[in-house]
Amino acid sequence: MKNLKIIVLAKQVPDTRNVGKDAMKADGTVNRGALPAIFNPEDLNALEQALRIKEKYENVTITILTMGPGRAAEIIREAMYRGADGGYLLTDRKFAGSDTLATSYALSLAIKKIDYDIIIAGRQAIDGDTAQVGPQIAEKLSIPQITYAEEIFSVEKGEVTVKRRLERGIEVVKAKLPAMITVHSSAPECRPRHAKQYLKFKHARTTSEMQDASEDYMQLQKDRPYLFIKEISADDINVDVNWVGLSGSPTKVKKIENVVFTAKESKKLGSSVEEIDELMKELISNHTIG
Amino acid sequence: MANFFTDNKELKFHITHPLMKRIVELRERNFTEKEKYDYAPLDFEDAIDSYENIMSVFGEICADTLAVNAESVDIEGPSLIDNRIHYAKGTVENIEALKKAGLMGFTLPRKYGGLNMPITLYAMTAELISRGDASFSNIYGLQDIAETINEFASQEIKDIYLPRFVNGETGAMVLTEPDAGSDLQRVQLTATYSEKDKIWYLNGVKRFITNGDAEVSLVLARTEEGTSDGRGLSMLLYVRDNTRTIRRIEEKLGIHGSPTAEMVFKNSPAILIGDRKLGLIKYVMALMNAARLGIGGQSVGLCEAACREAEKYASERMQFGKAIIEFPAMYEMLSNMKAKTMASRALFYETARLVDVYKIYHHIEQERQLFKEEKEEAKTYQRLADVFTPLLKAVSSEYSNQIAYDAIQIHGGTGFMKDFPVERIYRDARITSIYEGTTQLQVVAAIRGVETGAYLKRIEEYSARAISHSLNYLKSILLDMTNEYSKMVELVREKKDNEYTSFHARRLVEMAGNIIMGYLVLDMANQDVEYKELTEVFIKLGKAENKQKAEYILNSDIKDLGIFKNITQKAN
Repeated sequence: MKNLKIIVLAKQVPDTRNVGKDAMKADGTVNRGALPAIFNPEDLNALEQALRIKEKYENVTITILTMGPGRAAEIIREAMYRGADGGYLLTDRKFAGSDTLATSYALSLAIKKIDYDIIIAGRQAIDGDTAQVGPQIAEKLSIPQITYAEEIFSVEKGEVTVKRRLERGIEVVKAKLPAMITVHSSAPECRPRHAKQYLKFKHARTTSEMQDASEDYMQLQKDRPYLFIKEISADDINVDVNWVGLSGSPTKVKKIENVVFTAKESKKLGSSVEEIDELMKELISNHTIG
Repeated sequence: MANFFTDNKELKFHITHPLMKRIVELRERNFTEKEKYDYAPLDFEDAIDSYENIMSVFGEICADTLAVNAESVDIEGPSLIDNRIHYAKGTVENIEALKKAGLMGFTLPRKYGGLNMPITLYAMTAELISRGDASFSNIYGLQDIAETINEFASQEIKDIYLPRFVNGETGAMVLTEPDAGSDLQRVQLTATYSEKDKIWYLNGVKRFITNGDAEVSLVLARTEEGTSDGRGLSMLLYVRDNTRTIRRIEEKLGIHGSPTAEMVFKNSPAILIGDRKLGLIKYVMALMNAARLGIGGQSVGLCEAACREAEKYASERMQFGKAIIEFPAMYEMLSNMKAKTMASRALFYETARLVDVYKIYHHIEQERQLFKEEKEEAKTYQRLADVFTPLLKAVSSEYSNQIAYDAIQIHGGTGFMKDFPVERIYRDARITSIYEGTTQLQVVAAIRGVETGAYLKRIEEYSARAISHSLNYLKSILLDMTNEYSKMVELVREKKDNEYTSFHARRLVEMAGNIIMGYLVLDMANQDVEYKELTEVFIKLGKAENKQKAEYILNSDIKDLGIFKNITQKAN
């Protein structure tokens, strides 16, 4: 097979699964400082699918593309520790405040600059849960998209065969390359970091991260070009500034509700047959079960 | 994602211990491999950083995979089907996870594809694994035999077999026989050389073989016909084939995940490792010492797991209107458990570092001649390691049993049920003071450290280290304990009676152990005030224990042995 180029889209997100008491600010917005930044879980599922393709076929390269602030370079390193070949950090102050439309616009422009056959992303990020960015990018690139993927069966003869996880079953579909695939959390978990890859790539840095690097380090990066993580700015991809950032984001937050579960909402139940019967009826009627 | 490395600050303390500088410098031969391997460290700081990176990958797998699988592994255990041992499903997953993370061939040189990690860090893997699933530490820990092959086999054998360990193949050390347990000189399995085939053939029975169905085994066999003692034994390498039969796997009290096999060899082909006749005298001793260090790690890991389970339960369990951890009987027990865990861990890594230094010199010696002062250094560390290893094995394994016992006690009736992990921890801990030499046999080896003054000399070295003023009150306790210990050693020595020395050997060894561990934790408190309270608890506990032992020695006499003999021999 000729070279197969995969781009994995990944996002650094606040770890909303481990929410402590400082998770929300008084105004109801997420206090990002109090939550550890992690690799978006479904993007890890996406990376695992890419790594499996790389294991199965020859001449596969995996490139990570992430959009975010400078510290999001950590995501690229984390992917390299697991077997990705390299990555790009799409970063610019002009992107700040972008919603899904603006984000997919910027990412699609960046992708056009990178050679690719398949784009794989997580279905959605745990900070917004929109599941929009992947499909929007596919539309902007005018390529087929397969969402809710659980397993990529094969990539052969210019076609990708994918199993989709749907609400009431599974479906196997094919698409012509290049294609966009978004991966569901029911797909296999990502493998752990590989010891040797970790040690090989731990010194990988972006240009901004190198600003106060020692001379020894500059020399090291010169000797080992794979340690260089390229940053892409808005200008590099000729972004129309009206389409990114706050101005390019039509999504407006109407209201933020701070939901706190308190004991007031709890219900005390007895153990008599009638009361249990009552509870079952209630649970069935509000679709909690059944 | 949980992580057994990053959630325990003490581990980092041991990785950054001052002696690590020497270990890293020697191990990395001045960082020359960075030109050749993209994962080799650039300098000392980079090496330590790499160790922490690797341990964090390791710690994550131990927490997220091993610990999660531990219960099902304990229930399912291995099975024997068609002459092959099949691990429990969880055990297979554990091996796969470590393989995928590139964590096999941990200590092997990079030229064989290994990670070239120091023994001290390899030792740490035993602790992390055992905190998750003690039974798995036997399977992973049998990479020890790769280390033995690397140390003693010919280059040709190394080139063939060492990469196999890197690829995840497991090993076994095949020593014990029905009539040769503690006394390995009695080994009868024969190895006969065939001039025609240019190969050795094994014939005989082996018993209690951990991971018996491994791909690569080191077998202790009698190569010298007509001999009957240890000098007729050699070490042979055997690769699994159909000539050996697994008769059965044992049903055990604990460590269910680790298969223990009885096997019969019938004309099984094998190759000689190193020189003939040195099998028991040299190679098994090396293997055993490595294995004993490993059991130290297994014990410390079990201690840690037991402490955490007990602490969690004690802070959640409400009785009489409050969490039981608030009652003196509970908080004292738990504090003592934690103090003993910290102390045995300190002894464990101290021993590992001592072993590390001299083992590296063994390897360097194969590359070039050692300078005079290097030879001296290697010898000093080897001597220390030889008396620290049995001390560690004895102390830590006994602690793991005591602490697991107390952890169940804290759980009360619930702990006796299978609902909580403590009952498994308790069963798994039981073997640690038995295999690779019982505590009683460790004492036989450790008493040399008492008699030659090796422990005392080391204690004096520790004592000479400067410490903060605020810790002097603890140091003065240790000084008193040292005086008391010296007096007791003298008192026993004066009688010039071997049996009498043996009678008090365990008491004397444990007294030395309490002082040594006391200094090691004092050093920790000196570096980081956070360890001060546990240090105080441990030293005061040690003082009281040593007083009790001293009191016993003071009130005993050679003629007392007769009483014990009368009591026990009346029945016969």
